[in-house]
Amino acid sequence: MAYGPEKGIGRWLFSTNHKDIGTMYLWFSFAMFLLGGFFAMVIRAELFEPGMQIVNPEFFNQMTTMHGLVMVFGAIMPSFVGLANWLIPMQIGAPDMALPRLNNLSFWILPFGFTLLASTLFMEGGAPNFGWTFYAPLSTTYAPSTVNFFIFGVHIIGASSIMGSINIIATVLNLRAPGMTLMKMPLFVWTWLITAFLLVAVMPVLAGTVTMMLMDINFGTSFFDAAGGGDPVLFQHVFWFFGHPEVYIIILPAFGVVSAVIPTFSRKPLFGYSSMVYATSAIAFLSFIVWAHHMFTVGMPLAGELYFMYATMLIAVPTGVKVFNWITTMFRGSLTFETPMLYAIAFIILFTIGGFTGLMMAMAPVDIQYHDTYFIVSHFHYVMVAGAVFAMTSGIYYWLPKWTGKMYNEAMGKAQFWVSFIGFNIAFFPQHFLGLAGMPRRYADYSLQFAEWNMVSSIGAFMYGAAQLFFLYNVISTIIAGKPAPQEKTWEGAEGLEWTLSSPPPYHSFTTPPQVK
Amino acid sequence: MSTDSNYYVPEPSKLPVLMALALGTMALGAGMWVRDEGFGVLAVGFLIMSAVMYVWFSTVIKENMAGMTNPQVKRSFVWGMSWFIFSEVMFFAVFFSALFYIRTLSLPWLGGEGDKSDMINLVWPGFQAEWPLMVNPDQVVGGEKFIGPHENMGFPGWGKLFGWLPLWNTIILLTSSVTVHFAHHAMKHNNRSKFNLWLAITVLLGAIFLVVQYVEYHEAYVEMGLTLSSGIYGTTFFMLTGFHGFHVTLGTFMLFVQLIRGFKGHFGADDQFGFEATSWYWHFVDVVWLGLFIFVYVLG
Amino acid sequence: MLSRLNRLVAYALTPLFLLFFAGLSYAKEPTGSRPEGWNLLNLPVGVSSLSRNSYELHMILMWVCVAIGVVVFGIMFYSMIAHRKSLGREPATFHESTKVEMLWTIIPVLILVALAWPATTYLVERYDTDEADMDIKITGYQWKWQYEYLGEDVQFMSELSTPESAIYGDSPKSEFYLSEVSEPLVLPVGKKIRFLVTAKDVIHSWWVIDLGVKKDAIPGFVNETWVRIDEPGVYRGFCTELCGKGHAFMPIVVNAVPEDEYNGWLADKKVAVAAERELAKKTFTLDELMTKGEEAYNRSCAACHMGNGEGITGAFPALKGSAVALGAVETHMDVVINGVAGTGMQAFGGQLSEVDLAAIITYERNAWGNDMKDIVQPVDVLKFKQGQ
Ligand code: HEA
Ligand code: HEA
Ligand code: HEC
Ligand code: CUA
Ligand SMILES: [Cu+2]
Repeated sequence: MAYGPEKGIGRWLFSTNHKDIGTMYLWFSFAMFLLGGFFAMVIRAELFEPGMQIVNPEFFNQMTTMHGLVMVFGAIMPSFVGLANWLIPMQIGAPDMALPRLNNLSFWILPFGFTLLASTLFMEGGAPNFGWTFYAPLSTTYAPSTVNFFIFGVHIIGASSIMGSINIIATVLNLRAPGMTLMKMPLFVWTWLITAFLLVAVMPVLAGTVTMMLMDINFGTSFFDAAGGGDPVLFQHVFWFFGHPEVYIIILPAFGVVSAVIPTFSRKPLFGYSSMVYATSAIAFLSFIVWAHHMFTVGMPLAGELYFMYATMLIAVPTGVKVFNWITTMFRGSLTFETPMLYAIAFIILFTIGGFTGLMMAMAPVDIQYHDTYFIVSHFHYVMVAGAVFAMTSGIYYWLPKWTGKMYNEAMGKAQFWVSFIGFNIAFFPQHFLGLAGMPRRYADYSLQFAEWNMVSSIGAFMYGAAQLFFLYNVISTIIAGKPAPQEKTWEGAEGLEWTLSSPPPYHSFTTPPQVK
Repeated sequence: MSTDSNYYVPEPSKLPVLMALALGTMALGAGMWVRDEGFGVLAVGFLIMSAVMYVWFSTVIKENMAGMTNPQVKRSFVWGMSWFIFSEVMFFAVFFSALFYIRTLSLPWLGGEGDKSDMINLVWPGFQAEWPLMVNPDQVVGGEKFIGPHENMGFPGWGKLFGWLPLWNTIILLTSSVTVHFAHHAMKHNNRSKFNLWLAITVLLGAIFLVVQYVEYHEAYVEMGLTLSSGIYGTTFFMLTGFHGFHVTLGTFMLFVQLIRGFKGHFGADDQFGFEATSWYWHFVDVVWLGLFIFVYVLG
Repeated sequence: MLSRLNRLVAYALTPLFLLFFAGLSYAKEPTGSRPEGWNLLNLPVGVSSLSRNSYELHMILMWVCVAIGVVVFGIMFYSMIAHRKSLGREPATFHESTKVEMLWTIIPVLILVALAWPATTYLVERYDTDEADMDIKITGYQWKWQYEYLGEDVQFMSELSTPESAIYGDSPKSEFYLSEVSEPLVLPVGKKIRFLVTAKDVIHSWWVIDLGVKKDAIPGFVNETWVRIDEPGVYRGFCTELCGKGHAFMPIVVNAVPEDEYNGWLADKKVAVAAERELAKKTFTLDELMTKGEEAYNRSCAACHMGNGEGITGAFPALKGSAVALGAVETHMDVVINGVAGTGMQAFGGQLSEVDLAAIITYERNAWGNDMKDIVQPVDVLKFKQGQ
């Protein structure tokens, strides 16, 4: 294992190194975040005022769809895989991931997959225009024929996720340092272990779903066509059987990051470690049995609707446990508010607000009013942007000094945080009002009574978007010109194996496994 | 659980990125192919993939023979293969669930039974839900897109039991699971010639299964009018058996590769992971077939 | 300097958040009138027991969440203010307590059980579609709604009446921009009305917030829901399931009127239907058909084939110069009347009157440089339909 980083492009193309691959994942996901964010800016610009000004309705639908797809599959998921790549070997005392070549394959599929997906924007018929949930038959019989590229793109992106997850599971189960029992693993590793399990369980379901679409479109089958005895609602069941666990796939690693950051800046051990592990498992289990809460208006039988309502409500309990544990960790700590901590605190607040609206939507008789309105859009941006993205940002500020050996500029970090935080809330809080008052989602244009809050929302969105460019600047300027970070412990309160390594850490993390007490 | 300091981390390799290129090309090519834009790109992708896989597996085998893969590395492979099979289980689960959902919920609804509006006759007047579905909703309103079969694949009655191909296929596949086990057993006792024999029989059984299935499909298309587009019965029938058949093909091919390796003397009493992994896969394919036999044929 | 700024902003934001939530509840709107602009903050109470129950549950949920939020964030902000390192606090070392873990598992469970109670009753009520006084069949099409008064032989299409020019900013936007339709659904107040919701192409969803009714229209299936409207008025709604490019442009308008007014309307409607049938026997001139045809084409076809007949490449074929429009009349009639199965091209035979069909076909054969010079009369359409 003597080899070091190769020179030139080969280092990246042929890598078997978890840090290099992690870096590629992170940069790729950030590029996708900018792309998805750009689509969001088009959406918000068009919705700035009533009437069609910038795009036509057809293209607007493509923007909404591509925004959702790129953000979920291209930005958030790969970003956490990147984090996993960097951190899991360092946190469990391993030299690298268990299956390094598979690791590189998982990454390199993504650029191909997303190039294919994005190239449909320039084809006749346009990009996918049926929403990121691609309900049949709009996505089958009535879709532009570019949908076929979307389908095969999803296939290979899904394969990448499955391989990445298998790798993570094998690493965590097989490569822990001596003495590192499961219940001594950092929570980030735990949340990723469970996330990887979710991924292996549901990505094949997504693959099956798009395969059914493919057959309906090209080979005359009738899965989703009542004329042949099929059922369009079947699509929604299989999609959400994937889709609901998917949203926890997005948030669980974020929980892991926050569980690392909060104790550090509270200078106090995480409260209730084992209950955190159990709560995460409970969330994962529940996520498999609540999917039809996205379908309260499709006309399920009463018994089904009641069941899915009750089951969904239950998720609030383990999630609550996590929130309470974080807060109790802060309680009587010795708090400081560096940028990662600010992001983590904002995460707790805003994610909880998003969770509350989620709980409201779990109630079927009211969800009938909320469903497919901007209330939902607001809910999921609170949990996904203020949840996943904020946690990710927190994690980057937190570990960047470890990765690069350079310290970011604290004042710039804080400024970036406040612009993000305020921009985010201006953008998405008013969407609660819009949704409640009756504005449906995926609308290219709207009636006049919605004008004011839409304008506010757009302004906030531009502000939040600008803050992301600011973030990019912070990261790059740190890498290029940051002050050297303190060796090993950057943060006074940080615990864990990764902080026993130098900053930046050696190319092969732990060639000799450390002994964990 | 403990990490040896010599856990094998392979050197940088060109294989993964080439594999990604192959998959990307195949995705593009497959999309073009279904859009009637030719299958050239797909074929190129497939070729690259085959070549890369060949080199990749050879590399892994070489590394193994060179003793670079210590027991801990092998444990990673075991986890890898197990979770891969689990993901395959989930893939089949989708199609089985679709079948159950259609049969127990949505078809009855279309026929006006169950917890759904009795006014469905406004849309499909006179449609009768039954399974296997021989007359589609489309047909009761004079449509021509989905024409039901004249005959189905269900149990033909005790009299015709021995002419019923699925039964034979069940027997063949179950037997093959036993023979592959015998092969494993032989290898554990370092009896190579027996190993080769049992494995060869397994491969043969796999091939026979595929032939029988081909005959069955031919019959379905030509004589029974049962096709992919004969409505939800044909849809579920062909998708479930088709994907299974595809997996049998893969499994047979993989077993065949192991057989070649057997002849080359790659395996030993305690070094046979490649074969073991393939045999797990084979058992999995077998279990899926049992599910198919029960839910698609016997209860179909 | 920045960190003090931080603290200031943090303090300022605490109450702000609670205010936001409180703002929601403040806006209790009188039923009927529409909140607008900055006052548009909350779910309307609506005019049916369904919408009122939803509203009530919504408010309960919101206050419960606010209450939990005040406690949880309160403790958190207390820590953030009181337990800062800059105040010289030493961290405590406790990190476990089964007792409190139990406590904060059980309390939320109890809260949830309490919430499940009203939710269950309201949901059960929603499913009770029995003993309705009348049935309305609602069919979603790309991008309009069809209403059928079952048993009354009355049916019509209801589509957006906002002109394209208003959408693209070439003419001013009216008060009910994108919430106005060619013909509203007229319903009696005080009657239990059962809706049978379905679709012909893709999934749509029929939603009128003031009635508290939202039901997906699934092609090939029929969903049931119901309402009893308490107050006369005009209630506006939207399609809430993404259904293609016209998703934002297929609103719903319900005109709820007292029962006798409703009966009068129904009688008039039946007379109008009969008159329309009569008209189909008349012979029209080319000019008459072209004028009628242009109007009807722009209403029913331009959404896909565009006003200039050029369609949208890759999605909707051009009719200008199309083989069908320039080919045999029978094929042309067949496409328009029976549609093309499995594509966006619907069967218009059941949606439009013979006069409109004849006019549209004639128009398509003679507009935008298509110059067939032939005339399709309503009787031809009638004959074609009967000949099938
Ligand atoms: C990161 C992603 C994420 C997360 C974590 C969640 C979390 C939750 N979501 Fe969300 N959801 C989405 C992403 C996510 N969601 C997306 C993307 C959609 C839209 C998809 C689409 O249609 O495009 C969606 C849509 C969606 C719907 C469908 C709405 C509709 O379309 O009609 C519902 C309905 O039940 C729902 C519920 C919930 C619930 C109950 C939770 C719970 O997990 C929340 C639990 C958390 C809390 C409750 C807060 C903390 C708890 C406490 C402080 C304890 C005490 C609290 C109580 C006892 C109340 N979500
Ligand atoms: C994790 C996933 C994720 C993330 C991070 C985001 C981020 C954002 N989303 Fe999200 N969104 C979804 C997931 C996500 N979204 C999903 C799943 C849907 C549903 C899709 C569907 O209905 O099918 C959706 C739908 C959705 C809608 C509803 C569209 C509709 O219904 O028609 C809107 C509207 O405001 C919106 C806005 C935004 C904004 C403003 C951001 C911002 O946070 C983005 C900020 C980032 C940037 C802006 C990039 C950086 C800046 C530049 C590239 C330069 C340009 C900058 C300027 C001009 C200022 N999103
Ligand atoms: C929702 C979209 C939509 C609407 C509304 C619509 N059409 Fe079409 N139309 C289509 C599509 C899609 C096709 C192509 C069908 C195919 O693939 O063969 C089509 C095809 C046609 C054709 C055949 C053209 C050719 O060259 O193949 C004619 C004629 C036609 N439509 C007329 C009409 C008329 C008349 C109306 C209104 C009364 C109308 N259409 C409304 C979508 C629509
Ligand atoms: Cu119809 Cu949206
Ligand atoms: Cu969900």
